[in-house]
Amino acid sequence: MNKQTDISLATLHAPTRHDSGPKHVTGTAEYIDDMVEPVGTMHAYLGLSTKPHAEIISIDLDAVRAAPGVIGVLTAEDIPGENDVSPSHKHDEPIFAEGRVQFWGQPMFAVIAETRDAARRAAHLVKVEYHDLPHIPDVRAAQAAGGKLVTEPLKLERGDVETGLAAAPRRAKGAITIGGQDHFYLEGQIAFAVPGEDEDVTVYSSTQHPSEVQLMVAQVLAIRHNAVTVTVRRMGGGFGGKETQGNLFAAVAALAAKKWNRACKIRPDRDDDMSATGKRHDFVVDYDVGYDDTGKILAVDAVYGTRGGFSSDLTGPVSDRALFHCDNAYWYPAVRARSEPLYTNTVSNTAFRGFGGPQGMIAAERWVEDIAYALGKDPLDIRKANFYGTDTDNVTPYHQTVEDNIVHRVVEELEASSDYQARRQAVLDFNRSNNVLKKGIALTPVKFGISFTATWYNQAGALVHVYKDGSIHLSHGGTEMGQGLYIKVAQVVADAFGVNLDSIKIMATSTGKVPNTSATAASSGSDLNGMAAYNACAQIKARLTVHAAQLYQCDEAAVEWVEGGIKAGDTFVTFAELAASAYLNRVQLSAAGFYKTPKIHWDRATGRGHPFYYFAYGASVSEVTVDTLTGEYVVDRVDILHDVGKSLNPAVDIGQIEGGFIQGMGWLTTEELVWDDKGQLRTHAPSTYKIPLASDVPPIFNVQLAEWSENREPTIGRSKAVGEPPFMLAMSVVEALGMAVASVGDYKLAPQLDTPVTPERVLMGVERMKRARGS
Amino acid sequence: MIETTNAIRFLLNGEEIILTDVAPDLTLLDWLRLERRLRGSKEGCAEGDCGACTVLVGRMMDDEIIYDSVTACIRFVGSLHGTHVVTVEHLRGENGNLHPVQQAMVDHHGSQCGFCTPGFVMSLYGLWMRNPDPSRSAIEKALQGNLCRCTGYAPIIRAAQAISSHGQPQGDPLWAERIAVKEKIKALHDGRRVEIGAGDKRIIIPASLDDFAAVYEANPEARIVAGSTDVGLWVTKFMRNIGPVIFIGHLQELKRIAENASEVRFYAGVSYSEATSVIEANFPQLGELWDRIAGEQIRNMGTIGGNIANGSPIGDTPPPFIALGAKLHLRRGEHRREIKLEDYFIAYGKQDRQPGEFVESVTLPLLPAGETFAAYKISKRREEDISALCGAFRVFINHAGTVGMARIAFGGMAATPKRAKAVEAALLGKPWTMETIEAAIPAFAEDFQPISDMRASAQYRLLAAQNLLKRFFLESQGEGARLKRAVA
Repeated sequence: MNKQTDISLATLHAPTRHDSGPKHVTGTAEYIDDMVEPVGTMHAYLGLSTKPHAEIISIDLDAVRAAPGVIGVLTAEDIPGENDVSPSHKHDEPIFAEGRVQFWGQPMFAVIAETRDAARRAAHLVKVEYHDLPHIPDVRAAQAAGGKLVTEPLKLERGDVETGLAAAPRRAKGAITIGGQDHFYLEGQIAFAVPGEDEDVTVYSSTQHPSEVQLMVAQVLAIRHNAVTVTVRRMGGGFGGKETQGNLFAAVAALAAKKWNRACKIRPDRDDDMSATGKRHDFVVDYDVGYDDTGKILAVDAVYGTRGGFSSDLTGPVSDRALFHCDNAYWYPAVRARSEPLYTNTVSNTAFRGFGGPQGMIAAERWVEDIAYALGKDPLDIRKANFYGTDTDNVTPYHQTVEDNIVHRVVEELEASSDYQARRQAVLDFNRSNNVLKKGIALTPVKFGISFTATWYNQAGALVHVYKDGSIHLSHGGTEMGQGLYIKVAQVVADAFGVNLDSIKIMATSTGKVPNTSATAASSGSDLNGMAAYNACAQIKARLTVHAAQLYQCDEAAVEWVEGGIKAGDTFVTFAELAASAYLNRVQLSAAGFYKTPKIHWDRATGRGHPFYYFAYGASVSEVTVDTLTGEYVVDRVDILHDVGKSLNPAVDIGQIEGGFIQGMGWLTTEELVWDDKGQLRTHAPSTYKIPLASDVPPIFNVQLAEWSENREPTIGRSKAVGEPPFMLAMSVVEALGMAVASVGDYKLAPQLDTPVTPERVLMGVERMKRARGS
Repeated sequence: MIETTNAIRFLLNGEEIILTDVAPDLTLLDWLRLERRLRGSKEGCAEGDCGACTVLVGRMMDDEIIYDSVTACIRFVGSLHGTHVVTVEHLRGENGNLHPVQQAMVDHHGSQCGFCTPGFVMSLYGLWMRNPDPSRSAIEKALQGNLCRCTGYAPIIRAAQAISSHGQPQGDPLWAERIAVKEKIKALHDGRRVEIGAGDKRIIIPASLDDFAAVYEANPEARIVAGSTDVGLWVTKFMRNIGPVIFIGHLQELKRIAENASEVRFYAGVSYSEATSVIEANFPQLGELWDRIAGEQIRNMGTIGGNIANGSPIGDTPPPFIALGAKLHLRRGEHRREIKLEDYFIAYGKQDRQPGEFVESVTLPLLPAGETFAAYKISKRREEDISALCGAFRVFINHAGTVGMARIAFGGMAATPKRAKAVEAALLGKPWTMETIEAAIPAFAEDFQPISDMRASAQYRLLAAQNLLKRFFLESQGEGARLKRAVA
């Protein structure tokens, strides 16, 4: 059922290996820090603030400038253009702080030196005189201080919430605190700038958004976009952390490169990277939910306070997406969701896989859980009672009708394949006969909206060259951060031309090849770039078809694209021969492809529209064991059934699901961001910030694709996006931990665990249960 | 007078390296990447916690060459004298194809962004050489020190399980090189002391333990560096000047383990990994804790002596060692003295060690028959994490069923590793019952006023410490009170 691709070499939908796999394992895959540096390459290092909020009385840089190997220092005064890298164009994100600092770790200047070590050592010789200002550390403090916003709030509203709540026989009221997350990409932020003639500069940046880096560099240098070329071969992980956070580093490298007319590289130490760059937003969601005795939700009223940090960055769209996912897979007869994107004296929070969606969804699961425990039911029964309908009860809080709902089938199949009911009974039995160790099990669903909510982002370009020997150059606007986008798009092109993958050279992403690209984000990479590349191939194929018909004297309709070439009437011609003859006959063998997502529109002011092209679905079951004396736990088993439509590459997609789940589990369990009372982030390195290990992977980890699923929309190969949705499958771990905790109170009290659910939070939850039982 | 030389000599992959101008704080990773332009090994954290820079270092031990996975980011070049450094660039299969480890990783989709991958390949290579068909738990243990943010590890574990289907160590080119490499390395150990540089750039690599004692007595201002798992961070994170440095990690005399009927003596240079089998055999109660100390690379580097000598309040060996009644053997020149381990820790950052004096060994008495002993570590992440707290419990219950002896020690609860003397007193002479345990709980607050930090709150630390005593009691009664991960 693949209308767009008319032939197949089994390259599309095949579990093809990552194109860089052999280079990864041999250490020959080149990251920016591995590139050969031109002679005279300089190294930059940032000087960071050591106050969370203060006026800068004075900065003494004399010792810095005098330090061995130092070439010079950059401050705000050295910027010919704007001292700003705000991706929301609110001009609230200086490269170098001027007058005051607004978070601990904010860049104030950069040292340029002959070596990185010299620059780094010199940066620490600065003497800064501060005048402390009161600092706002978190959401509750920001609300208490009057709730200054970093960007405009959003309200989604449908139905009569007041009446719904007032009429509800029961209410769940409370608040959930949802922690943030550091991206912990293994390759930290890095940029490398090489000056060219005139105003030109080439910047190698570890970024998900080359076109935005191009814009920022141009803005900072006060030059036109066409003087800046940004190139990205690959990132050593991104996860959203390189959607906007690379801007500052690229700008500093370019600034230095142009000022001294020498190449310049900047790479912060891991501790500085974690202190100075944004993270997943933490939220506090205050909720009031009305429901009936069967557990059916009647009305939801919720406020989503989020720690925006000192600037707007992407806090607006992130908090919007939290609201877009305040329903997860549930239909609310009446709903009002309001965002509160708050100013705080912390690093400006940013994109991270799921982009606020996970925070919105976990709040929804919190009230489902509250309802279940209040009614003494299995939370799965409450979930089922509130799923979106297929023909009715299917309008979202943003007034888009859910047209592709498959949550019922996904959950039913997983419930059966995971043997959920029998295992839940076994868990209940175990808990009756064990005092110290307690078990929990939970099944949670995922429904995730696909498309950028900034509608103009939903476009992509590609550039395909066919050479005379039949070899192919492939460029597109998407970036490779490990997610397998490059191989998926190459599969599309190979399939379109009927050639082997080894005929295709996957080019580094460059603003010089494809202009005005969108960030590789919102899970949209293969949807957008796959289609754009397909479009380019289709143009070339159309020309070649005409050419072949003329050359071999047949009808265009008689030209058939087959494996390895074409059949023109009775003649088989290889693709390479066809390309060679096309060249001699002056047929253009290059095309720029383009794609824009249809159907979508969104009016933020009214909170109405059709922001998502389609939805991706999935569900997971997690089983855990908790030690009620210490709060330690193990995740014993996880079963996942996930919908990627008709998979473009099942190996890559399974990899995204496994990786997304474990990353989500880390967010919800051991990854805790801790700031001290001085405003300093204390978890700024892997010694203190704990992402999952191999030994945290559940001993039983069954991951299945919903192989029957095909995208109802005509996406590339009828596939669905896969980057973000699996991340939220990890919610079942929280719910399972909650059940184990609640068992201590005989399941009478909702566990209400905030995230991350560290061993400490589990133990405090157990203590709460014990106190309740005792009273 | 001992002979000296002014060159550090070691093998890098297939090449002999001779360095006469080396800073004491030059890390192996910087040297590989910046000077040798070998850029397969990556810097992910520069503190030994992510494993992206993992390389193998081969060293002589009892006439065998042992290859340890280590983190190059906190390993100093000065410590490499007489070793064979193997980086990812040296791996190759027969006929120049991918090495079996690499082929398995590619076939099983074990890389996504690829940045951590060379480190995983090296850790898996080290594992495969000594255990071609590892269990899942052996794989997980070998990968404790490698972080991957993309794959969720599942495909890497599948790859690890499939390596031997791509080839056996006996067919490995590196395996075939071993005999030649061994001869080369042995030749590098020529009985001379290495001395390079002057002032705070000075490196001293003593020729023997006695030479070390003499050199340190004469240069008490020098920094002793064994595994560099702590001092490495002073350089990479705090940019501290650490010189002059005496490197002692190569001294085989400091790697001795002496066992007799009543005690085990670990010399200070024994790494956690080297101690593992002896610990498991003699102190099986420490097996789980031992496997949860750091990651594999750090266990290969870090030493028992270093964990004690640096006086950290959160080191994992002092609490159980104190509970066991460990004796510490200190040496200055030819002068030796013995103290109780618990007396070594005076205050935060202050230990009972004189200028020129070093920790030579530690003696652990075997647990007398009839005594009960356990050690528990609590951390936010189960493995490769620093303790929020670590507690060790040892009691003797006499025939009357009362507590005849109690020694309890904690890390992470005070400024030093410390005994819980009030708790011990509350137990002593009382019947070994849950009532006694409950009655002893308030005594914890007399012994400890823990702090809140990024690892845990004070409240959690105190409550968990109290509950560990309960766990100890319940386990002594045969009740299942400890988590197990069900992996083969």
